[in-house]
Amino acid sequence: MTEFADRLAARAEREGLLDVAYATLDTPLGTALVAATPRGLVRIALPNSDLERVLAELAEDLSPRVLEYPARLDDARRELDQYFDGKRERFEVPLDWELVHPGFYRRVLRETARVPFGEMITYRDAAQRAGNPRAYRAAGSALGLNPIPIVVPCHRVIRSGGEIGNYGGGPEMKRFLLELEHAL
Amino acid sequence: MAEALPPFQAFLDEHLESVRAFLRGMVGPTDAEDCLQETFLAALRAYRRAEPANLRAWVLTIARHKAIDHHRSRARATPVPDPEELIDRREGAQRPPDGALGMSPRHSEVWAAVAELPPGQRAAVVLRFAVDLRYREVGEALGTSEEAARRNVHEALKKLRASARDLKEMAR
Repeated sequence: MTEFADRLAARAEREGLLDVAYATLDTPLGTALVAATPRGLVRIALPNSDLERVLAELAEDLSPRVLEYPARLDDARRELDQYFDGKRERFEVPLDWELVHPGFYRRVLRETARVPFGEMITYRDAAQRAGNPRAYRAAGSALGLNPIPIVVPCHRVIRSGGEIGNYGGGPEMKRFLLELEHAL
Repeated sequence: MAEALPPFQAFLDEHLESVRAFLRGMVGPTDAEDCLQETFLAALRAYRRAEPANLRAWVLTIARHKAIDHHRSRARATPVPDPEELIDRREGAQRPPDGALGMSPRHSEVWAAVAELPPGQRAAVVLRFAVDLRYREVGEALGTSEEAARRNVHEALKKLRASARDLKEMAR
């Protein structure tokens, strides 16, 4: 990041012009992207994502006023670093649910956010907790579209047969996270 | 469907160097960075209403207005009674410090001559040669036709050639 861009972003932040700030983050899985609005963490793109495309989607879905500004993501990045180091089990940064369709999808993800470190539930459990036990397929879709993976731990939701099931970052990534939490 | 605006960061990365080159030509390297900051901050403020089809012309227009503001505020801020002093100050302000931009003294003289051009011609010649735009693009950035842009650059070059001749005479 250039000094010019950094000064510009800092000024934009002070003047309330920075709708979406983002930063990159090195993880054991590769480089991830984290983004926040003034309300909270809004997006985590897993290391296998096309980052340019993720930024274009943020511009379209939230606001085109998107700038790299790591300072707004200091807390989120610290918590994620600690999580990957095995030193944190709960995330405390505020979340912005703007990218999640309000209603059933948002309820599924809010319930998923309550599943504790190292525990697992099934898609059916997630659907039930969100108020509609028969909608486990819809629950699967909601989890598949989770914009804030890891912090909203969709990796803790698995198939009822015991298979770990799909994951946005690929099943290996899901297995890695569950092993990190000693859940498997 | 309307074309989507790119993330501001991508827009900034794409146009920063062009706008910087333009502003260096318009206000000199010393003040260019401040104008650059003001330009992109104003662009960010207005970005949601920007026209995605020609963002370069859009941001260069903002930069041109910032350069005009800059010259106006400087004119207001430094009332100088003595014309001799005024000339000295203007030269001091326009002439980059030694070594800036890797310019030779010869280059500085060219830039000092560019600074003497009327604002429209100055903008046109800087866009054509420092930012390296085609005449059609110069016209878009200045809100004129391609023909008018070509004419402005042509007039500017005539004046610059004349001052180069004067310089040679003086050196003799």
